[in-house]
Amino acid sequence: MKSYSTLSFQRGLTHLLSSLMQTLSCNSRKASTFGPSFALFVFTIAKDPLRVIILIAGAFFWLLSLLLSSLVWFIAIKASNSQDHSLQRGLLIFGVFFSVLLQEVFRFAYYRLLRKANEGLAAISDDDSSAISVRQMAYVAGLGFGIMSGAFSMINILSDSLGPGTVGIFGDSQYYFITAALMTLALTLLHTFWGVVFFEGCEKSRWWVIAAVVGLHLLVAGLSLLNPLYEGSLPPVYGIMLLMGVWAFFSSGGSLNSLNALCTRRKAEAESS
Amino acid sequence: MNTSDSEEDSYNERSALVQSESPTIPSYNQDHDMSLPQETDTKRRRPVSSGLSEPGPVEREQASTPDGEEEELTLKYGAKHVIMLFIPVTLCMVVVVATIKSVSFYTEKSSQRLIYTPFEEDPNSVGQRLLYSLLNTIVMISVIVVMTIILVVLYKYRCYKFIHGWLILSSLMLLFWFSFMYLGEVFKTYNVAMDYPTLVMIIWNFGVVGMICIHWKGPLRLQQAYLIVISALMALIFIKYLPEWSAWVILGAISIYDLIAVLSPKGPLRMLVETAQERNEPIFPALIYSSAMVWMVGMADSSNTDSADDRRRNEGGARAQEGVESEDDAAQGGRRRYSAEEDLEEDRGVKLGLGDFIFYSVLVGKAAATGGDWNTTLACFVAILIGLCLTLLLLAIFKKALPALPISITFGLVFYFSTDNLVRPFMDSLAAHQYYI
Repeated sequence: MKSYSTLSFQRGLTHLLSSLMQTLSCNSRKASTFGPSFALFVFTIAKDPLRVIILIAGAFFWLLSLLLSSLVWFIAIKASNSQDHSLQRGLLIFGVFFSVLLQEVFRFAYYRLLRKANEGLAAISDDDSSAISVRQMAYVAGLGFGIMSGAFSMINILSDSLGPGTVGIFGDSQYYFITAALMTLALTLLHTFWGVVFFEGCEKSRWWVIAAVVGLHLLVAGLSLLNPLYEGSLPPVYGIMLLMGVWAFFSSGGSLNSLNALCTRRKAEAESS
Repeated sequence: MNTSDSEEDSYNERSALVQSESPTIPSYNQDHDMSLPQETDTKRRRPVSSGLSEPGPVEREQASTPDGEEEELTLKYGAKHVIMLFIPVTLCMVVVVATIKSVSFYTEKSSQRLIYTPFEEDPNSVGQRLLYSLLNTIVMISVIVVMTIILVVLYKYRCYKFIHGWLILSSLMLLFWFSFMYLGEVFKTYNVAMDYPTLVMIIWNFGVVGMICIHWKGPLRLQQAYLIVISALMALIFIKYLPEWSAWVILGAISIYDLIAVLSPKGPLRMLVETAQERNEPIFPALIYSSAMVWMVGMADSSNTDSADDRRRNEGGARAQEGVESEDDAAQGGRRRYSAEEDLEEDRGVKLGLGDFIFYSVLVGKAAATGGDWNTTLACFVAILIGLCLTLLLLAIFKKALPALPISITFGLVFYFSTDNLVRPFMDSLAAHQYYI
């Protein structure tokens, strides 16, 4: 009797602890995935209604591209033999690359739409200048793509992680959740940077820039195919993200001088206060 | 639960068409769905216009200023007004989705049905299910049409007291009965022990403050919060009691009805609005969500208008573009042709009928209820917001009455079915292998 009650007490305690850990770890995953994008949203986008609209429209365009690519994949799946696993996997990989291409096509379509809207806004405003510049729109559009991409990748996983379960019970990796979170974070930021660079390339008609963005996106998707060999996918993706960050910074008009000025101004402010 | 008629009526009223408060303004085009600068008069009742799908009227005052300036002002404020509608619609949807995901009561299928959907769907036979859902839809839409016509007739024959009584009865039911049910289910879900005296006090306070805020005077934010809450409650009732397939067909049918009722010359809504215009009266909204930044009643002359502008400047805070706005206010104040005693300060907000809120939330709530897939919910949410945005854009371009339901509901339905059937398996396979696109 006594041992039975001890056992049930232990079981109860284990349940409590595991659910607590799950919530904590889920919250840490939520924070790591969505922290930066949420911060970006609150500090740069939330105050300006036009930017919010452009953000949501960007999310919508990404969604449209996903819809079309899923349609193509679904048709391919239905038309093929569902028992052949390697074929199914091949079709999935094809789906991944096709989706990437379609996302870039829709990014271009969104660019054209925003250009037109911008011209319209400028035409009817007082001083012939629109309320928002193409660079700002590029950033917001990229963030919209990134947030939607991140949300779609991560939300189901997050909600599943709140429930009971054991990670990797069938022999899969233990690090599923944290790597998913990190990868999604990298992709969100990458989409933002790609948005900036892409729009800039379109503005200046530098087609090699556009080709580079598309190529890098394909590369990142391809690297993710190496999962669960996380050493092969995560560090290169983060490297690419840092590179893209630097490229986006310089392409949107930043320079070492402005960085310097920012630092010295901060120092001066700190000293004077 | 066989709900009574007043629930349906309250729903009808809520999706009322609201007309501009100042129909005397030249070239006023009232618009079905949303109103831009609009006066709110919470003291004066505006007649409710019918049926279900009138999401509120979208209205814009077209003043006698030159077109270019008008357009610029419209578009400058356009983005702000879109956001002023995004936020309450989002909040309502968040409340509904949160409830659906946590309180299982609203997703449990019970044998009780609304009297408006008398045919029970048999899950085993596809053909019969389809037929019965169509029949249910026909019944529901006819009920709505009949209610609308009754309302128009009542309004035409000036039975204002009857309409008032109807409105009060329906809000009473929502604020007391449905919120009591809701609270009961939340307590059950979280296993909270509650005694009746405390519960009575909570519900009493909630209900009475709600009645006062909605039908009389109250702080704007509180009124908005109450309107959002009752829209959410109503949407939850629909989600629970409408059978599966019927709900989707009804959503589609409502959008089509909305389109017809607003745009066709013999539509009941249009007739109602025209009657109200002829009489130079504002229409009763059963409940119209107003996102006015400030509204005041009883400013008589220009000196007061200035002080009102000051007040508005303070309250508008960061959002107001102060110079343009106060100038616009003064100009608009001048344009109004009310008698000095009754001059009402105009509010700079947008209005949207609660029927819109309800149906958007029903769509998103059903997406959340069936399947447990968050991607579908998110996709429907984005689709509805974009539909709302497009509707406002079309309004700015065409400057005539446009219904708010069709575009959003169409996008919502398309995205629901395609995400559920196409995107879900794709994303699930990708997540299983941890491929990222």
